[in-house]
Amino acid sequence: MSGGGSVFNKYDIIETIDMIEKEHLDIRTVTMGISLLSCVRENAKKTARAVYDTVMRRAEKLVPVAAGLSREYGIPIVNKRISVTPVSLITAGFASDSAKIGRILDKAATELGIDFLGGYSALVHKGTAAYEEEFLKTIPEVLASTERVCSSVNVGSTRSGINMDAVRVMGEAIKQAAQLTAEKDGIGAAKLVVFCNAVEDNPFMAGAFHGVGEADTVINVGVSGPGVVHHALKFAKDADLTDAAEVIKRTAFKITRAGQLIAKEASKRLGARFGIVDLSLAPTPARGDSVAHILEELGLEVVGGHGTTAALAMLNDAVKKGGVMASSRVGGLSGAFIPVSEDIGMIESATAGKITLEKLEAMTCVCSVGLDMIAIPGDTPASTVSAIIADEAAIGMINQKTTAVRIIPAPNKGVGDSVSFGGLLGRAPVMPVHAGSAEKFIGRGGLIPAPIHSFKN
Amino acid sequence: MRAVVTVTGTDKRGIIAKVSGFLAEREVNIEDISQTVLGDQFAMIMIVETARERTDFAALAEELEELGQKIGMNVRLQHEGLFNAMHNV
Repeated sequence: MSGGGSVFNKYDIIETIDMIEKEHLDIRTVTMGISLLSCVRENAKKTARAVYDTVMRRAEKLVPVAAGLSREYGIPIVNKRISVTPVSLITAGFASDSAKIGRILDKAATELGIDFLGGYSALVHKGTAAYEEEFLKTIPEVLASTERVCSSVNVGSTRSGINMDAVRVMGEAIKQAAQLTAEKDGIGAAKLVVFCNAVEDNPFMAGAFHGVGEADTVINVGVSGPGVVHHALKFAKDADLTDAAEVIKRTAFKITRAGQLIAKEASKRLGARFGIVDLSLAPTPARGDSVAHILEELGLEVVGGHGTTAALAMLNDAVKKGGVMASSRVGGLSGAFIPVSEDIGMIESATAGKITLEKLEAMTCVCSVGLDMIAIPGDTPASTVSAIIADEAAIGMINQKTTAVRIIPAPNKGVGDSVSFGGLLGRAPVMPVHAGSAEKFIGRGGLIPAPIHSFKN
Repeated sequence: MRAVVTVTGTDKRGIIAKVSGFLAEREVNIEDISQTVLGDQFAMIMIVETARERTDFAALAEELEELGQKIGMNVRLQHEGLFNAMHNV
């Protein structure tokens, strides 16, 4: 479409300018995926050096190239990020020393000026190897002693079932990560995601990692634009839901085209493979950038009330339909995000007690991704955290979709208090959890077998 | 490279003259120009052609932004690619 013959409509141009300047349209992230498989050496020290050199070399131009693209095309690129091969795979020979790799990754991220680096991760959906058991123990400490490193652990999949031993361990790891960062409201837990059906090309944090099936260096781009969708729906106040879905589709198409453009150009300039565009609607705590407010624009008095799940299902599906045609490669999580602390509409509803954990769980059945950025009381037992993970993983396993849990047991805080992480991570009220114990259920361990519909061969 | 200059803000006298004069001095060719007034909001759109390389382009965009501050308008220079991508299938 480039070149001399293009015809511009002045209203289209003004629309784009307004989307960027008034409705928070941006490229949420340009994420470079880097394979670290070639960095494995016989000990942690030598591996750490190879990791550092590899990341610094491949991502050297990431920040300046993103700045240049942003300037040239006049669209903000909010985050520059890196995802790496799950670190547990490269530290298998010296797993108890894995934290060294976590810290060197943080150093590289800081020196490169990127926002977050994801991939301090392990894939244990069918079973936990001995080296992975050691690795999982290092996660809370690494999250507490680094600033930009994010961690994720895949504990289940539709094909394999749910590794309930890993679910138990992760409930404890989340509690520890929060306790070790108590002075910052438990921010360690905000950098830790527990997945079922994790995807290997997700550009969003904290769950990004670079899958082993990926090429050496890949660019994945996440677009955003809840504000743009919300604005478009304001002009469709009397539309029925079929027509409202069309409005969302058209808007998602335009947003995704911007992402496709930046992804193509960024990968060209960085000498990397163009991976995917992630179509997600990712909110920020800024007013006018809220997924919750889109649902309310559709006619709900408050997000969390009856009707919320249906409205979200429609939104999520329409975003995908619009986005799929706009990009040659769609991947990642691609759907609407509902992180409580990162969405002003969610924050307000949760503070007023109008959205509950149970409703959020229902919403995760129909959108990407899961229970995200939710603060719960600091004295919640680890087994209850594990049970929340198990419920979410079950939804993912049975529905063949990605689900995730990123919850923060806020140290020394209870219902009525709130936590604040600043920046894009936002703030959240502490939400109540069910008091009934799941101790015995979680204590059983073992594997929840893969569902019958996983046998497709 | 083809680019789009947009000027928005409260309508005042002499905006077109100032911006087009500025572009002429820098050998930027204006291929198309249109304007619209919505209430007291003025919007001018120019499709321009510049022989500049990438680094100069960024500098030119910054100069235009400064010009905008001087004349009390928002002035932007953007590569045409974004508009093409979003509005032409």
